[in-house]
Amino acid sequence: MATSAIDQQRAHAAAAHGDKTGLWSWLTTVDHKRIGILYGSTAFIFFLMGGIEALLLRIQLGSPDNTFLSPETYNQLFTMHGTTMIFLGIMPLSAAFFNFMIPLQIGARDVAFPRLNAFSYWVFLAGGLFLNASWIVGAAPDTGWFGYANLTSRQFSPGMHVDFWMLGLQILGIASLAAAVNFFVTIVNMRAPGMRLMRMPMFTWMSFITQVLLLLAFPVITVALVLLMFDRFFGTHFYVPSGGGDPLLWQHFFWIFGHPEVYILILPAFGIVSEVLPVFSRKPLFGYAAMVFSGVFIAFLGFGVWAHHMFATGMGPIADTFFSLSTMLIAIPTGVKIFNWLGTVWGGSVQYKTPMYFALGFIAMFIIGGLSGVMHASPPADLQQTDSYFVVAHFHYVMFGGSIFGLVAGAYYWWPKMSGHVLDDTLGKLHFWLMLIGFNVTFFPMHILGLNGMPRRVYTYPAGLGFETLNRIETVGSFILALSFAVFLYNIFKTSRGPRNAPADPWNGATLEWSIPSPPQEWNFAEVPVVHSRDALWEVKRERGGKLPEPPHVSGAGIHLPNPSYWPLVTAIGVLMTIAGVLAFPHIGPWVSIVGGLVLLFGVFKWAFEPAG
Amino acid sequence: MLLGTTAIRRLGRLAPVLCVLALVLSGCTPDHYPQTALRPLSDFGRIGDDIQTTTLKWAVVVFVLVEGALLFAIFRFRGKPGDPEPKQVHGNTTVEIIWTVIPALILAAIAVPTVRGIFETNATPGPDALEVQIIGHQWWWEFRYPSLNVTTANELHVPVGRTVSLKMRTADVIHSFWNPRIGGKRDVFPNRETRLWFKAEQPGEYPGQCAEFCGIQHGRMAFRVEAQMPEEFQAWSTHMQSLKAPAAAAAPAPADSVHTASAGATVPSQNPSPGPGDPLYATGEKLFMTKGCVGCHSLVAYQAPQGMVGPNLANVGARTYIAAGTLKNNDENLAHWIMNPQGIKQGVLMPNLGVKPEEAKALVAFLRAHQ
Repeated sequence: MATSAIDQQRAHAAAAHGDKTGLWSWLTTVDHKRIGILYGSTAFIFFLMGGIEALLLRIQLGSPDNTFLSPETYNQLFTMHGTTMIFLGIMPLSAAFFNFMIPLQIGARDVAFPRLNAFSYWVFLAGGLFLNASWIVGAAPDTGWFGYANLTSRQFSPGMHVDFWMLGLQILGIASLAAAVNFFVTIVNMRAPGMRLMRMPMFTWMSFITQVLLLLAFPVITVALVLLMFDRFFGTHFYVPSGGGDPLLWQHFFWIFGHPEVYILILPAFGIVSEVLPVFSRKPLFGYAAMVFSGVFIAFLGFGVWAHHMFATGMGPIADTFFSLSTMLIAIPTGVKIFNWLGTVWGGSVQYKTPMYFALGFIAMFIIGGLSGVMHASPPADLQQTDSYFVVAHFHYVMFGGSIFGLVAGAYYWWPKMSGHVLDDTLGKLHFWLMLIGFNVTFFPMHILGLNGMPRRVYTYPAGLGFETLNRIETVGSFILALSFAVFLYNIFKTSRGPRNAPADPWNGATLEWSIPSPPQEWNFAEVPVVHSRDALWEVKRERGGKLPEPPHVSGAGIHLPNPSYWPLVTAIGVLMTIAGVLAFPHIGPWVSIVGGLVLLFGVFKWAFEPAG
Repeated sequence: MLLGTTAIRRLGRLAPVLCVLALVLSGCTPDHYPQTALRPLSDFGRIGDDIQTTTLKWAVVVFVLVEGALLFAIFRFRGKPGDPEPKQVHGNTTVEIIWTVIPALILAAIAVPTVRGIFETNATPGPDALEVQIIGHQWWWEFRYPSLNVTTANELHVPVGRTVSLKMRTADVIHSFWNPRIGGKRDVFPNRETRLWFKAEQPGEYPGQCAEFCGIQHGRMAFRVEAQMPEEFQAWSTHMQSLKAPAAAAAPAPADSVHTASAGATVPSQNPSPGPGDPLYATGEKLFMTKGCVGCHSLVAYQAPQGMVGPNLANVGARTYIAAGTLKNNDENLAHWIMNPQGIKQGVLMPNLGVKPEEAKALVAFLRAHQ
């Protein structure tokens, strides 16, 4: 590959656009690739924090009647573990790939709204810091990531614990909605010529569906949280029964958001795996159209199954039947996906590199999570399973065995493109085996414990119920799992000290991101590509006897790129202040909110009239 | 050849996983678990268990086939770097239709018993059922028998062979009533009544606990179902009806009903408890009034007052556990609990009242006599 040409280009680029390094360049960046890296590194730190929280929980549960953690601390830790992993871990890790990869996969030079993209990141960071600031003031949220009313009312949860949770989610919701609008518009409007919808790479397709889910699901939780805020601060009774409110209303709101949220967490991983499997099997994705439509179908049905989280509330036979059958229906498109992935590998010439290990591990683990999911689609059986460790096992097989395996596959797959370094394959495979073993040792026994009567969210259990042995094994497993991520970190550390010499196309990729240097120049594509088929890059390489076209010599001068801007950051600070002020209501809080509102307005005003470059 | 030595070496790498699986499976039999959901002992429990067994069988079949196909593909289609490009297959409509239809048929096989089960479990029990009102509290359970006018806490006595109709609500936040041996969960709400029913098939003591997160002590909100033969249950309820308010009967229970209770309940009397004549008992009774215990706890089982904050203690001396499953009910634990509830169950609504050891001893004597 024409390394010298790339080096030359980099030198030109530095000259043309000015060397963009240093803290200020990161604070003002609107480059989707840099924002992707910011998302990825921030989310990974939060993910590690969520992991440490999980280890503390596992130590506490490692022996019966343990007093390692107080019940208060345990409840805070499990609440923050769930909230962190969902909103600060998996979602923004997916967002890191949306940011970095969607424009590259569709042949665009940036997202539709680069400054809005920066704004999303800063608001996400603000939300994550705000939520975790609760630890510092000793008021970490303690009512679960689901925050069921009426436990969250002032009467039963005085103090700021619930306030931090409620306002933190509100901040994060703004970030998610802004990003969803951005990627939706980007995918609709910014595709390269010839990139028809049914030619889009599957990761972009699944990401597109995810944005639709975000746009439709997040307003529901936003409204639900506003009502909760009114209950807690202004004495309304939306969820408070003494004033005629209904705590069950919260559960409906929460799960109308919460179930699509599950697909928000898993669909990007579906997309990643659908990229990795064809590349390493050296044959196209099996049943492309079926993959697209099963994704659409899953997303659609995802809005009609929410009450399967509520079978134990006694909704009556008609509602139970409806939600049971709609839930079972989801298994069909999900099965189609699994079979198509198998069909992709089948008959291939499989190259066993680390990303492929994780993608195959994803399929193997996700099958288990899917099957246990079908088991609790049946309400009479679910009455035993719900809120037991069986459910904890189920969703960790989906969220960790599914989403995290998929995201890690994506990390190894796209690492060269994002960083210019190829991660070490041997260490990667060690990471895989430790993670697979640690994961199963941690979570498989939970199936057994749940069916044998261990409820969720208990800070301890008495000796004599038989729970001791398997809990001890799980705790050991969780440390193996932690070790696997230590290997990952070491791999990153080790390879980042080596030369930045990743080839443009290390895996013989099928999609456009592999046609440009690793890492790409700021403008991505020197010439906007023209797409003639699915797996566009394979098509190009086939025509040229398996070789990538020489990159055109472009200095970057004359390519229009948006100017850096600090107004997204200022606006994000305004958002944070406006919402955080509610914490101190009615004392100094309203003033903080008012000042924050002014900062927000000023930021938006300057943003609007800033020359776009 | 492709499944040759490499395959074996690869399987060898799975050895640790298999070892752990074997270990896990050895702890798998439900008989190790007194609170298991896999050995239902009621008609209600069997409905869910039958469906679960059916679904699990299908799940295992699908698991073996699909994971098997995956493993086969992983070993069979291993490519070498120099291999020619494999055949570029984009899909196969027939195959895709087949693997859409087969899962649909399996789901239909699960859906039919599911819908039947939904309607069975939601049926209304007949008029001869024994009604029990269940009230969830942070963090204990109140059981009231309207037809018997009896109230108790944390130990639900039911007759074997008679349908029990549970009508449930909560005094504070949402809880969930879960006794796995008897049947599934049902959440309890402050503003609506939820229902569950079951007919216990065997006498025995079955542990259960709250299954919906309800605050700091959600983990310590256990209860027991004591399924008794009808005549034992009859004796128990007669005894409970004798635990009346002082105006109606001499408080506390006369000595003979203590014996009735001991015979009726499966709980053996631990120590010969001091009777009302005992000076320790008298001190304890006085302390119970002056220390404020009486503000939250009733000692009356028959026509007990409603809306008490703490559990009914009319028969506390005979219970297996105290503090909703937190401690075994012996004199030492009870004294410890009375002196320092916040140390044992942080955040519990019972405050530390500064009870001294000798006062605790008297209170224990007093409470122990409440059999």
